[in-house]
This record gives sequence, structure tokens and C-alpha cells, in this order.
Amino acid sequence: MSETSSVSKGCFVFKSASRKRKRQGVDGYMVDGSDDNGRDRFRICQNLRETVQKHTEVLQDQLNKKVLDNLVQFIKKHELCFSSDVQRQGAREIPTAALMLGVNVPDHTMTFRSLCNLLQESVTPFVVSLHAKECPAVKFLIQRVLEQLMGRGMALDKEQEDDTALHLNTQCSISDLCQWYNSVKKPDLKNNGLYWSLPIVVIFKDFEAFNLEALQDFILICSQYAQELPLIFIFGIATSPITIQHRLPHSVSSLLCIEVFHSLSCTRHLACVFDKLILTSQFPFKLSSRVIQVLIGIFLYHDFSVQSFVKGLQLSMLEHFNSQPLSVLCCKKQEALLRAKTLSQKNVERIRHLPSFMRYVETQEPQDQVLLLTSDEHVKEVCQKLLKNLHKYHKNYYPILQCLYSLTSLLPKCPLGKHIRELHVTCNEKNVWEMEEYHSAMQLLRILAKDELVAALRECAEILKSADTKKMQNVLKQVDEFVVRLEELENLPTEDLPGDDVITFSGKDIQRRTDLHYLQKALLEKESRKTRKMSPFEILRNQVLQYIDELVREFLTPAELQPLSEVCYYSSSGVLRQRLNAAPRTSIQAALSHPFHYLQNEALKTNAGMVSSAAPDLCIIYKLHLECGRLINLYDWLEAFVTVSSAAEDKEANSDEYDKLENLKNACFIQAVSEMEFLGFVKSTKQKTDHVARLTWGGC
Amino acid sequence: MSVTSMMLSSSSPLIQSLCIRIIQPTNLIKKMQCAGYPEDKLCSLADRLPCRETQVTTLLSLMGEPDQYSYPSIFIYGHRATGKSHVVLSIMKELELPHTFVDCVECVSPALLFHRVLLAFFGPDAAASLPRCPSLSDFVRLYKQMSSKTPATQTRYLILDRAERTRDMDFSLLPALLRLQELVRDNVTVILLSQVVWEKFRPNTGCFEPLLFHFPDYNKAELVQILSRDHHPAYTPELYASYINILLGVFFSVCRDLRELRHLAALNFPKFCEPLEKGEAKESDIHKLWRNIEPHLQRAMQTVYLREVSSMQWKEQQMDEKETTTPRGLSAHAHIELPYYSKFLLIAAYLASFNPARTDRRFFLKSHGKIKKTNFLKKHEKTSNHLLGPKPFPLDRLLAIFYSVVDSRVAPTASIFSQIMSLVSLQLLTQIGHDDQLDAPKYKCAVSMDFILAISRTVIFDVVKYLYDFL
Repeated sequence: MSETSSVSKGCFVFKSASRKRKRQGVDGYMVDGSDDNGRDRFRICQNLRETVQKHTEVLQDQLNKKVLDNLVQFIKKHELCFSSDVQRQGAREIPTAALMLGVNVPDHTMTFRSLCNLLQESVTPFVVSLHAKECPAVKFLIQRVLEQLMGRGMALDKEQEDDTALHLNTQCSISDLCQWYNSVKKPDLKNNGLYWSLPIVVIFKDFEAFNLEALQDFILICSQYAQELPLIFIFGIATSPITIQHRLPHSVSSLLCIEVFHSLSCTRHLACVFDKLILTSQFPFKLSSRVIQVLIGIFLYHDFSVQSFVKGLQLSMLEHFNSQPLSVLCCKKQEALLRAKTLSQKNVERIRHLPSFMRYVETQEPQDQVLLLTSDEHVKEVCQKLLKNLHKYHKNYYPILQCLYSLTSLLPKCPLGKHIRELHVTCNEKNVWEMEEYHSAMQLLRILAKDELVAALRECAEILKSADTKKMQNVLKQVDEFVVRLEELENLPTEDLPGDDVITFSGKDIQRRTDLHYLQKALLEKESRKTRKMSPFEILRNQVLQYIDELVREFLTPAELQPLSEVCYYSSSGVLRQRLNAAPRTSIQAALSHPFHYLQNEALKTNAGMVSSAAPDLCIIYKLHLECGRLINLYDWLEAFVTVSSAAEDKEANSDEYDKLENLKNACFIQAVSEMEFLGFVKSTKQKTDHVARLTWGGC
Repeated sequence: MSVTSMMLSSSSPLIQSLCIRIIQPTNLIKKMQCAGYPEDKLCSLADRLPCRETQVTTLLSLMGEPDQYSYPSIFIYGHRATGKSHVVLSIMKELELPHTFVDCVECVSPALLFHRVLLAFFGPDAAASLPRCPSLSDFVRLYKQMSSKTPATQTRYLILDRAERTRDMDFSLLPALLRLQELVRDNVTVILLSQVVWEKFRPNTGCFEPLLFHFPDYNKAELVQILSRDHHPAYTPELYASYINILLGVFFSVCRDLRELRHLAALNFPKFCEPLEKGEAKESDIHKLWRNIEPHLQRAMQTVYLREVSSMQWKEQQMDEKETTTPRGLSAHAHIELPYYSKFLLIAAYLASFNPARTDRRFFLKSHGKIKKTNFLKKHEKTSNHLLGPKPFPLDRLLAIFYSVVDSRVAPTASIFSQIMSLVSLQLLTQIGHDDQLDAPKYKCAVSMDFILAISRTVIFDVVKYLYDFL
């Protein structure tokens, strides 16, 4: 402090002697005093999250590959045009790609990023991407274009740095861009004319949000320079291509040569992501059916965004690893077995309290039960066995699920769901074979024609080929055998035609109207009646279906019933919903009517309907205003407030203090009312000056 | 100096009438000659500008000899593609007159305009000495300074295309440009080109009246004459002329824009020549050729002219020969996939926009009692609300309708609110008033009836039942 001698009063800033903030670093998360393996859990979670992220990115690139390749081709095609007929006279159109991306705006960023990268790698370094927010007027739009291009140009040749910087400082216009473009391409003209026709690609990321006038002016200006600058536009459109015509007048749109490109629809995108991230035994972390329903619900009902679906998955992962100490076992098989060996005593106790483990214990022999409840070592051993079983269960579950889906998705009306995710949710929730829909699906399968059945079985065989467990290999063999036998049937002579059956059936049917429902019922009836004389094909078909039914009963058991399923399955859907789909109004209301909910103060615990004087003024005011009608008399409100808030206080006070107290109460009241107004519950009204109007629930 | 003062008084009615007399079409092409300009250049000019002879001669006579002072400002107006800037620029270039051509769309600020002008007349040094945010007086000062160093030996021409944009810039810019000659005391003439008539320009503070000069539209014969000029070298001019005649027969009723017609002519000519190349018809077989091309042109009118299909695709399609698979136009993809609640929000917004607020009770309250239409029908509401367009509605009303329309219980979560905003950003709703208004924002529904019908069909909701107009 000695160096700050000053005559006048002043403020001096002292930089603190760079005290190292005690940062816990990444290791610090999830570490709890009572818990020894938080660090491990965090590491597993981190790894998993990164792999999921990587997988989604790879998947996204694969899915977008087609449309992006088409775009690149489009640009290359026009690039050729630029170099071939530069001298073409008259007004030339600016090639424009209208890229349909769907309304899932959050996902677009990733698509555009990969598009930019792809273009810069394979076509041209001159890619500009514009966001509507940055360009409220044509001036800024041009400025952005120049900035992005020339900034990149500086990297190309350093000498021009000062020159371009000067341009940016002064007014920028497209003619400057022309000069710059010529200066960039000239030196490279010597080596094979490589740069001669490198196009400048301008990407309008969100076409709908652009200022109309700015966009129109920009297009008009660019068309003036279309001869000199090989410009190509890409419009990122979220709604439909017709919006181009709605937003651009003919005089402007006639300057463009628009071609439409469609990207993958978001629902199909989600289906792919679901297949790769959830319907796979690759990741040890699983979602319970409820959680899946929450995530899918958010997707279908709210945003259509695959990105936020993946974010939701990652969040649930984080929640799971944070809240479930046993999630330390939720990792790859070998690692999990190792960890099971070295479980701490606390965790063993936790395992004993798992509902699924308790269920398991109940099924064991009495002496085993005793052992399980007393010996930690025994629990660890059993735990290893159970973990192995759980992994096996997953490995068998997904192939069989896909087989069942491929069989039932052919059926009319898809009794078990149109998408595999629906089937997955039902299988995960309850015994699918006990469901009505399953039975009707099976019955429909029983009347499948031979070629359809063979095709479906072949598909199943394809799915099973990728599964590597022994059981699945056996199933594959069996399915292959069925296929072979079905095909052999063709060569066998059909012995007994069920001729009379057909006749009786049609004879009955003539009298009634042929409606589909009846026909189906009749057919099913006929199927059940005809037990005596069945063709070899029918016998075989029944065998096949019998076998499939057995498979379903064996492998598609609900995950909840598996012992130790809690280790891998995240199931608190309520928490997830609260986190992802926040309800601000509900929480404000909860805070006002139940202050205990947020403040966690014992004094605030009250019965419903009671107004506690200990509650914050705002809560009291809120509760009182609920009892009023549309208009609230401020004086009455004040009186009520004073009564409530001074209920617990000592009534014997001298007048002087009483006055003071009253002033204080008035001030509190006024503040609370203005807070209410700020929150939007009341507003002042012109009808009566000393009244306020209620705005919610029974108000105006 | 004396000339300038003479020109200043030219706004007197006498001189105006004099000028108008000059504008009267007087001479023909052959006679096109003006003192001070070489004859051969005038000839080539006449050759380059068909059907605009009168305009050229009038302009030339207005301009006078190169070293003479001209009228301070000339305002040329006419429809799109009537050759305004082409004529002016051709004259300037052919006769090598000092000029600068500025498109006002490009000049996002007056500074750019000044920069351009100084750059063209006096070189980069003059342009560089403009201050950072130059005002009009800076420009005039600099111009004066430079022109005193290099006085004009010939009239300098400042040509402003799309001059209507100058109205949006500084309010004093246009009046100043109109009497630039007087301000800078130099031999300079400003030529304004615009598609808008002068009456829409006149500032309410009054200004110097420029000389008005109208470029009429080309008539059909003139269009044929002009379009026939760019005939294909492989075919005779007569064939091309007959092709142009056929083309105009189809397109003349919808489009008289020369540029567009030229574009269409170039696009469809290969198709026209197809029978000739295959040897199926001779050049004299006009009728056969007409039968071949006519349906094709009709199709072009519905697709490529409206830019439903890009010219590139159109060309490729011609190459393909198949014709069975016309690429689907832009308007073919009107369908938009939306999240479930967004659909209902949009439906609710539509109902709020097209139903009077008083009728909400009848549509959305379960026990509304029997209210007949006549009972709550006000006089002005008898006209269809759909004819009047969407009306603004507050957020609360939108949400109230939304909750009663959607079949399940929906919590008022943040994502419902954010969906409203994303609908706004997709331009399906428009926000009324400023974005900053947080308190009770108002919206309008910006989608059509057909669109909402398609949307409501996907969620199995009978929107017509809830519309007041269809009660």
C-alpha cells in the first residue's frame, strides 16, 4: 500500500496477488464424502459421453453425405459453367441451391459446419456463411461477406494485409470484392489457371429470418457483378421451397437459378440415431422405457431436434452416474467384473437394497438367501455372475427385438408399433407376450403367405448374422433350416387341397356383405377350425411361429426383472422431464404457494390453505389475492396483509412503536404488490384508481 | 459562368417549353446527326440501338456539343427493360464522353456514391481524400477543388441508375444532385434513371425540376425486331425471326420484359431446332415447327418463367428428351413437417387471427349455451374475416385457445413458449410491434387457409368447425 500516496481521496485498484483459486478440476465432480468411487464414475461417464458424441457426429456425417455430395456436385457443375462461358452476354443467373433442412433448427448448425468443411476441402476456400442476426441491413450483409472472404484472403497472401484492412475500414462494396477477387486469382493464373474459376459460395443459414429488403438488395447488387464474380448462393430453408417465392418478388427471383436439395427428414434421422445409440449392446448405459418415452415425447411434441435428443441422452447419463453410486459397475464387461470384485462394503449394502436384487434373493434356496444377506464375499461373486448374465441378456435382446420388428412391421396396421422404438418400449415395460397386440400380430403372422414368410425369415437371418453370442448362432442355424425347409416344400406335391373348406366359406360369405373386418375374422376362424388337415406348409409355418414365440418369451423379458438392472438403467423420468422441459409458470406458482419447496425452512411448513405469517411478504400477498375477484381493493388487501403478518407478533406495543411498525408494514406491502405486478399477476386499472386488476385464474 | 447563370434560369416556363419542343420526335435514323460528334460513331450507335432512334436523337440534342453546357439534370423513366440505361451507356461509351455510372442499390450510404463519383472523374487521389463519413458539403468542396485543377473540357455525366433509392438516403441528397451543376460550378449533368415516375420523387420542400424524359415500352413489332437480332449463326435470320414470332405469340400476353424474353428465347431455341436437326422438317415448314414448339412454350410459361424450375434444370430436361418426369417445381413442396404441439399452436393462432375475440366463448367453452349466429353478429363482422386478412391477437388468447384445442393436458412449459418464437422465426407467425415488447406481445398468423387445413388434417382436427366464417 505504500506506493499509493495521494493527497486527494481516490480509488485504487489492487490486483490480488494471483491467489490460485482452489480448483477441484474435473476430478472433483461427483465426489461425495460418503462415497469412494465418484472419481471412477465420473471417468466412465466422461468416456461414455465422448463416445456417444463421436458416434452421433459420425452418424450425422454419414446421413448428410448424400445431400452434401449433391450440393458439391451442383457447385462443381456451375463452376465449370463459369469457366466455360464467361463471355456469355446478357444477364446471367446466379446459381442458387435451396437446401431444405426441416424445422429442427438446432440441428442445422452441425449440417452447415460439415457443409462448410466439405466445401473448403473439396471445392473452394471462399465460403461465407451468414446468419440473419448479423445482417439487419444490406450494408452489414456486404460487410460480413467481405470480412469473411478477405480475412481468409489475407491468409493466402500476407502482403495484401494492409491493403485489405484499409478496405474494411472504409466503406465496403461488392466492387471492392471484385478487385480483391481479381488480385487473388491473378497470381495463381500462372500455375495452370488453378484459381481461375474458384467460386465464392455464400451460405444464408436461416433464409426465413433474413431481412427481406437486405436480401433483395444483396441479390440485385450481386447480379450486377455476376459476370465478374462466380457467386453461388446456398439458402438454408427450414420450411418449404415455396417460401422463396413468397419472400422474393419475381424481378429478384428471376435473377436466380434455383435448384432444390432435400436433406434427410428428422424422424428418419432420429430412427438412425436410436438404432445406433440405444438399440445396441455396445454401450453399457441404458435408458428405461419411461425415460425413452420422455425423450421421444420431447422430440415429437416439441422440437424435432435430434441434437437435443442426444443432449437429453447425455444428460440422463450424467444424472445416472451422479445419482446412482452403483453405476460404477456400468461399464464394459471385463472392467465391470473387476470392479465387482473390489466393491466396497457400502456398495455391497446398496446392492442388497436394490429391488431387483431382492427379487433375485427371494427366488434362491434358503441357505443361499442367508449367505447372500450375510457374506459380502458371496454377494460379490454372485454379483459378477449376475453382471455377466446382464451383458448376455443385452446381447441377445437386441437381435431378437430386431427380428420381431422385421416380422411384425410387415403386418397391416402394425399392431406392435410402426417404429422399432415403440416395440422396444413395450418389451422393456412388460411381458410383451401377454399383450393383446402381440396375440393379434401372431395370428396375422399365422396367415402369412409363403414368400412373405421366407423373405421375413431371411431378413431375420441377416440380423442374426451380426450377433455373436452362441445362443444367437443357434437361433441363426434354426432360422436357416426353416428357410431351407420352406423352400423345399415347393418341390413336394401338395397332397390334400382343402377344397370343401373353401366352398363352405365362400358360400356363407355370399349372403353377407364383404367387409374387411369380417373377412379377417372369418379367415382367422377358419384358421383355428382347420386343425385336422393342414398342408405341410401350414404345419411348418406353425412350427416357425411357435419357435419365434419361444424366442420372444426367452429373450424379450423386461429389463426391470433382470437382477442388477438398476446398475445400467436410468429410470427417473420425472427428474429428466423437469430438467429438459422446464415449466417456469409452474415453478413460480409453486414458489409462491409453497415457499417451503424452495426455501427449505422448517418454519414455512404449513398445511394447505393456511397463510403463515413467517412466509415472505410476497407469498402472503399472493395467497390473499387468490381469494379476491377480478378487481382487488388495495386498502382491503393491505388490511388483510397487516392482520396476517402481525398475527404472531406481540400485540401490546406502545403507540410510537406501533406507528413505526405500521409504516414498515405499509412499505412491505407496497413492495410486495409491485413485485406481484412485475411477476404479471396484477396490473393497475383505470376503472378504479384504488384497485388493481387480477390477471390470472379467474381474473379478467 | 455566364452559361451557368443562363442554365439556372432554365426552369422558367419558356425554356421548359423549348425543351419539350425538342423532345418531339422529329428526325429519322438516317438523319441522326449532331454537331460535335463524328458521323461514323453516330451511325454505329444507331445500329446498336434499334427502335430507340427518337430517344437517342433527343438525348443527343439535349446533350448538345461535348464542350457545351447541358441541362443540369435529366430524369429518364420507363418500365423495366425499356433500354434506359442501355441507351445512355451506349451513347456515353460510343462517343467516349466522360461519365460515371452508379447503381444506387449498391450505394448503401451516400459516402459510397461520393466515393464512386470522385474516383471516376478525378482518380483515386480525390476519392481517398474524402473524410471517413463525408457529408454532402464535403463532397461538393472536394469536387470544386478538383475541378478547378482539371476543369471539364467536355460535359461530365453522372448517371444514377435506380434513382428511386436516393429518396431513402439523405433527404437533401436528391435536391442537391438535381442542381449539382450549380453547386460545383462545373460542366456536369446528372442523369437519373428510374422505373418510378417523377411525381413520386418530388420532395415536399420543393426542388429544381429536372427535364423529364419517358422511354415507352417496346411494342410487339419492335420486340420482334430486337430479339431477331441475336439469331443463331447456324440458321437463317428468317427462321429465327419466325421463332421469335411464335415465342411472342405465347409470351407477349404475360411478359413484355425484353431481358426475360431474350432469356426465354435462348433457352427454348434448341428445342425449336430439334426437328430440323433430326431432319424431320425443313426450315420452311413453319407450321410443323410451330406445332412442335407450342406446347413446350406453354409449359415453359408455367414453370421456368415463374422460376419454378431453374433454367439449368430446364435445359437438362430438354437434353433428356424424356419429358415424362418434369422436375417438381418449388411450389410442389408446400408441405411442412412440424412438431405436434407446434401444429396445434399454429391452428390456435389461425383461429385467433380469423375469429372475432367475442366468439371464443361460443367455440371453446363447453357449456356456452345456445348462441345463434345472428345473436352475436355485428354488422361489420358480416363480411368474411378471411377477406379482411389476419388480425393481431395477444399471447394470452393464443395460449387459451391452444389449451382448449389440444386434446391432452399440456403443461405450460418453456418449450411451448419457445415453439411460438420458433414459429415466428419460420415466418409462420409474425410478431406485431417491436421485438423488445416483453409484456403481452401480439402476433398474427401468416399462413393460408389451405396450409392450415393440411396441418389440421394431420392431427385429425376439424378446423372448419371452429371458424366463425364457416359457421
